[in-house]
Amino acid sequence: MRVARTTDVATLTRRQRTGLWLIAPAAAWLLIFFVIPFYSLLATSLFDPNGSVLTGYKVTWHFANFGHAIAGYWPEIVRSFTYAGIATVLCLLLGYTLAYAIAFKAGRWKTLLLVMVIAPFFTSFLIRTLAWKLILGDDGWLVNTFKTLHLMPQGSRILATPVAVIAGLTYNFLPFMILPLYTSLEKMDPKLLEAAGDLYAKPAQAFFKVTWPLSIPGVVGGVLLTFIPATGDYINASLLGSPNERMVGNVIQSLFTTTGDYAQAGALSVVLLVIIVALVMLYVRRSGSEDLL
Amino acid sequence: MSQEASVTAASQKAVEQGRDLHLTGLSKRYPNGFQAVKSLDLVVPSGSFFALLGPSGCGKTTTLRMVAGLEVPTEGSITIGDVDITHEKPYRRPVNTVFQNYALFPHLTITENVEFGLKRKGIKDTTAQVKEMLELTELTGQAAKKPAQLSGGQQQRVALARALINRPELLLLDEPLGALDLKLRRTMQIELKRIQAEVGITFVHVTHDQEEAMTMADTVAVMNKGAIEQMGSPYQLYTNPMTTFVANFLGRSNLIKGKVVGREGFGADEIVKADMYGTTVSIKASRVHTTSKDGWIGIRPEKVIIQPQGTPIDAPGNHLSGAVVVGASYIGVSTEYTLEMPWGQELICFEQNTGRRGGLVKVGTNVDVSWRPEFAFLLDSAQDADAGREDD
Repeated sequence: MRVARTTDVATLTRRQRTGLWLIAPAAAWLLIFFVIPFYSLLATSLFDPNGSVLTGYKVTWHFANFGHAIAGYWPEIVRSFTYAGIATVLCLLLGYTLAYAIAFKAGRWKTLLLVMVIAPFFTSFLIRTLAWKLILGDDGWLVNTFKTLHLMPQGSRILATPVAVIAGLTYNFLPFMILPLYTSLEKMDPKLLEAAGDLYAKPAQAFFKVTWPLSIPGVVGGVLLTFIPATGDYINASLLGSPNERMVGNVIQSLFTTTGDYAQAGALSVVLLVIIVALVMLYVRRSGSEDLL
Repeated sequence: MSQEASVTAASQKAVEQGRDLHLTGLSKRYPNGFQAVKSLDLVVPSGSFFALLGPSGCGKTTTLRMVAGLEVPTEGSITIGDVDITHEKPYRRPVNTVFQNYALFPHLTITENVEFGLKRKGIKDTTAQVKEMLELTELTGQAAKKPAQLSGGQQQRVALARALINRPELLLLDEPLGALDLKLRRTMQIELKRIQAEVGITFVHVTHDQEEAMTMADTVAVMNKGAIEQMGSPYQLYTNPMTTFVANFLGRSNLIKGKVVGREGFGADEIVKADMYGTTVSIKASRVHTTSKDGWIGIRPEKVIIQPQGTPIDAPGNHLSGAVVVGASYIGVSTEYTLEMPWGQELICFEQNTGRRGGLVKVGTNVDVSWRPEFAFLLDSAQDADAGREDD
């Protein structure tokens, strides 16, 4: 009896130890790449605002940093969410059409089309955005063609306007929308559409009553993967926009690297983070897919 | 109350209307050249339980899908009564389908699945009809569940309820019981038949299971290679098959080579005499389905009577001796004997275990073989004697 119990305990401990070892890599990963940077960011946001690269920084629990960040940069915050929101909606419209076509209508072209969706990833994000700068440029063929066709008034431009920035965001994040949408649409049994038609649903009704609800997980996933990085993006605004299109990402970047105002940069980052988390929670709860978080 | 009354009135009207389904010269050729259905002519009377029976790839499902509007016919027409629906959109046909594997909407509850069709037709209050339909299909307790929470048999009934609630003129069932296990399938067969009798809607049922077709349908059309081989009541098809395919696909048959040697009698009593390896056997002229001299003499295994040599055999008519029992499988209710005939062919004999014999006939026993002439049939010798066999 006693012997049996001892072995039991020994086995249990060994099992627990194995469990700990198995958790260790993931825990270490989270610690190194999430907890420490996050702690450091929080600490930065509470620095003494008078610190500088020369005089050094100190955590002085200066909560007023947040107020200053919001008061000083609210136009950039609002702009970021507006641009990201518009880009996400455009991505959803374009991405849904494409994902639907690839999943249901592409036939033997399916694989090729999927490869084409992923192909841009073979080039760097930066280079692709620079390419758009050339395409949308004031003397570029696109603007010239539009002007020749009188689709654009003389003297107007695309580059350095909100249109260019939003177009860039839409272009760069489109694959992140298409892939989750494709995955959830592709899983759908096409027989369900036949059944809907058989039960008097016209094609549009079949879409809104069957296809759309069944693709919600893909929509939620795609929207999150597009909206979150688009909000914090600064490459598109800095390459395709002017100072008038500055987004929060640009502000944070310049505060950190040019001004050296670490306290403001940190506080602004935390504000951005909190707003995004709040919006995502609200969105996921509204779309009824808590199990995705 | 008034809702219920109107539903009953509507179903009454559908039955009284008595609009038959007509398929005329219906063909389907796929772009790759495969001809799935070859100029099909068919009338399904209103209110009947009709089965399209055949092996996989015989065109039965394609035919059904053309009636449902999910497939466009290459030629021919589909009419209900005198209304041509050949090119009508599926959502405009008075037809509903129970799909193979059901195709239930996974994101909707059972109630929402069942009321789907009514809602699309713009009916706001479906409560009474849904309740009635769930009662009919014994799903009342499952109303709030999602399809994935139900068993296969329950899902099958949801698919049925979802189609029937629309009171279609025609209910199409595409292998509706194929995904169920044998025991449940038997229960559902009886259940489906009960529901069909209760609602009086025409059922067109596609299946490859001959027992299922025979149990449920009033009329069975046996399909093979895109065409109908034979159509009739299960009794007609089984007792008087017209082709070797039907003889083998519906139950089993002994097919023995024979040669017509003469005819006797007139009218209904006309008898055809055929030589079968030296023995002359009689076949009723109404059961002869060949015009040539050579033919396959067919006899169902349970119609074959055997008796050990030397004891009197209790059967008039066709009588053969010199057979040897080479196999006996005891199945409880009956015994299946394999007999080797003097000409080397093996015949099958099913014998009911009535106890009359007091045991089994032992393997190796010499037996006399007989059957009543009215049970034999004669088929075209140009046809493959193995057509429609399960093991081919």
